[in-house]
Amino acid sequence: MKKILTGNYTVSQAVKLSRVEVIAAYPITPQTSVVEKLSEWNASGELKARFIKVESEHSAMASCIGASAAGARVFTATSAQGLALMHELLHWTVGARLPIVLVNVNRAMAAPWTVWCDHNDSLAQRDTGWLQFYCESNQEVLDSVIQAYRISEEIQLPSMIMMDGFFLSHTSEPVDIPDQKDVDTYLPRREAPYTLDVDDPHTFYGGTVPQYYAEMRYKIQKTMEEARGVVNKAALEFKETFGRSYNPLEFYRIEDAGTLIVSSGTMAGTARCVVDELRDEGYSVGAARIRIFRPFPVEEIRQAFGGVHKVGVIDRNISFGQTGIIFQEIKSVLYTEKERPLLFGFIAGLGGRDVTMATIRRAFEYMNTHDEPEEPVLWLDIKR
Amino acid sequence: MVGYQKIEGRIPEQEWLSCGHLACPGCGEKLAMRLALKALGKRTILVVPAGCSAVVDGMFPHSSSMVPFLHTAFETTASAAVGVRAGLDVRGVDNVTVLAWGGDGATFDIGLQALSAAAERNENILYVCYDNEAYMNTGIQRSSATPWGAWTGTTPYDHPKDRPKKDMMAIMAAHKIPYAASASVAFPEDYVNKLKKAKAIFGTRYVQVFSPCPSGWKTPSDISVKVARLAVESRIYPLYEIEYGKRYTITLDPGPIAVKEYLKLQGRFRHLTQAEIDQIQHNVDETWEELLEKVR
Ligand SMILES: Cc1ncc(C[n+]2csc(CCOP(=O)(O)OP(=O)(O)O)c2C)c(N)n1
Ligand SMILES: [Mg+2]
Repeated sequence: MKKILTGNYTVSQAVKLSRVEVIAAYPITPQTSVVEKLSEWNASGELKARFIKVESEHSAMASCIGASAAGARVFTATSAQGLALMHELLHWTVGARLPIVLVNVNRAMAAPWTVWCDHNDSLAQRDTGWLQFYCESNQEVLDSVIQAYRISEEIQLPSMIMMDGFFLSHTSEPVDIPDQKDVDTYLPRREAPYTLDVDDPHTFYGGTVPQYYAEMRYKIQKTMEEARGVVNKAALEFKETFGRSYNPLEFYRIEDAGTLIVSSGTMAGTARCVVDELRDEGYSVGAARIRIFRPFPVEEIRQAFGGVHKVGVIDRNISFGQTGIIFQEIKSVLYTEKERPLLFGFIAGLGGRDVTMATIRRAFEYMNTHDEPEEPVLWLDIKR
Repeated sequence: MVGYQKIEGRIPEQEWLSCGHLACPGCGEKLAMRLALKALGKRTILVVPAGCSAVVDGMFPHSSSMVPFLHTAFETTASAAVGVRAGLDVRGVDNVTVLAWGGDGATFDIGLQALSAAAERNENILYVCYDNEAYMNTGIQRSSATPWGAWTGTTPYDHPKDRPKKDMMAIMAAHKIPYAASASVAFPEDYVNKLKKAKAIFGTRYVQVFSPCPSGWKTPSDISVKVARLAVESRIYPLYEIEYGKRYTITLDPGPIAVKEYLKLQGRFRHLTQAEIDQIQHNVDETWEELLEKVR
C-alpha cells in the first residue's frame, strides 16, 4: 500500500512492521516525531512493544543493551548530541554482540548549536563496529530498517540506519508499505543464540585478559568481513519478496564514464540530476552513492573506479586535520590498484547548507578544468 | 527498640555464589552478595556495573555466580536492569528478580541520573547499593558516600573529606518508591528479611547495605563484621525502612555506643582530633534525632 509519509513517520512504520519488542528512546530534533509516533501507537495498543521512557540517550542505549541481552528485539533512534552521548555504549553493544538497530537522523554536531544535517555525528562512530547504512529516500529507510534486523540478528552485530535530518525526516514522499505477513516471513521472531536465562545461567562481558580479548576482536572483524555477503543475501531475498533492490554502492550512468561523482545520503539524487544535464551536454560522467559505509564496499569500489579517469568525492563531513572521511576511505581502497583514478576531495553541505545542482556542477567543473587537485580539501560554496 | 532483640527468620542454606572468587579477605561486598542471593534464590538475574563487584566475580571464562550475571557500564546499573526487565516481560518470563547491584560510586555518583529516572518511573527492579563509602576498585578515592572526616586517596590525611555523606536514602524516598531500606552485613537476618520483603513488592525497591572494605578503610581483614556492627550500634549507620517515601520504621537499634568506638578501629579515621570526633558524634546524634522525627 502506497502512502505519502515523512521520513520520521516511515521509521515508526518500519519499527512496527519489524515487530520490535522493546523501544528505549529520548527526544532530540530532528528525530523527535519518531519517539512521539511510537509512543502514540504504543499507548493505543497499535504497537505491541514495551516503550521505556528513559531520561537520556545514554540510558536509552543501556536499556536497549539490557533488553537485547534478555533476548528481545529492540530499537532506538537519535541524532547528533544524543548519538555522541551514547558513544561508550555503542562500543559496548558491539563487544556484547547484540543485534540492536538504531536510526540516526543525521544532524551536525555542536558547538555552535545547530539542528541541520551533516554526517559528522554518525561518521564519528565509524570505529565502534556498527554496520552503517546511509539512506537516500524514505522508502529506503523503511526497507533498510527491516533488512537491518535480518542482517544484525544473523551476525550478532548492531546496525545504524542514517537518514538526512529534515531533507528526509521532515519531507513527505510516497512510500510503499509492505504487508505485515510478508515482513513476518522475511523477518521471523528473533531467536538469540544465548541470553539471560535463570535455567541456563551465564556470566556476560566480565573482565577479560589479553589472552582472550584479541580473539574476540578478531571475531568481530571476521564477522564484519562476512557481513558483506550477508548484506547482499538479505538484499537479494528482500528483492524477491518486495521487488526493491539495494546495493552497498549504488551507481548511475557509469557506462564509459570518465568522471565519477561520489556522494552519500540525499545529495545523491541531486548528483544524478547533474549527471543527466552533463550527459546531455556531452560529458561522459556518472555518479556513485555510498549506501553502506560499514562494512565498507571495498570490492565494489575497486571494480567500478578502476577504469575511471577522475573521481570526485563530495563529503558532507570533515575530519579536521585530514580530509573528508569518505574521501579518505576511498583513497585507501584505491592505493593498491595499478590503475588509479585522480581523486578530488570536496566538502559541502555542512550544518544543513543546501547542496544544490549548482554546487555539484561546480565540483564537476573543477575536475574538468584541473589535472589534479590544488589542495587536499576542496571546499565548495565556502566564504573565505 | 533499644538493645538486641531476637530477629525472626533464617538464612537459607543454598549457596548461589561459589568459592574461587577474587575478593579480598574480609570483603563486605562479597558477604552482601552471598546473603542477597541466598535471600532471593535461583530466579535472580544480576546486573553489575564497573566496581569491585564486577572484578571479584572472576575473570573470563571464570565466574563465581550461579545465577545469570550481566556486566554493564559503570553508570548504567539501573538503566540496563530496566532493559533486562523489559526484555523478560515481553518474552513472558515471569517470577524473576532483576537485581541491580551497584557500589556507592555507581549509585550515589555516576549512575544517580539513571537510577533516579528508573525510580521516578517506578520500574520493576530491585536495586542494591553495596556501600563501602569510596571508589575501591580504582584504589580508594572519595565518592559522595564517603563520610565527613574520612581519608581516601583523593581526600588525603591533611585534607580529609570536608562534606557529609550524601543522604541517598532520603533521595530515594523523595521518589516515593514503594520500598527503601538500609541494611548491614553485620545483621544478616535483618538484611535477608528486607530483601525477601522487597522481592515480593512490585516497583523500584532500593536496599543500601553497609559493606566494610578492609583495604579501603585500613582495617584488619578479620574485623569487618565487628566494624559493621559498631556502625549500627553507634547509630552512624542506622537500620531502617521507608515505605512509599513516608512510612519510616527503624528495624533494629542495638545501641547506642559512642561513635568513637567505631571510628578508632579504622585507619581511614586515625588522623581525627578529639574535637573532630566530637563533631562527628554531634552530627550522628542530630541525624538520629531527625530520623526519630520521621519515624514519629
Ligand atoms: C565511565 C567510567 N568512568 C570511570 C570508570 C573507572 N571506575 C571503575 S570502578 C570505579 C569506582 C567504583 O566505585 P564503587 O561504585 O563505589 O564500587 P567499588 O569499587 O567501591 O566496589 C571507577 C571510578 C569506569 N569504569 N567508567
Ligand atoms: Mg564503593
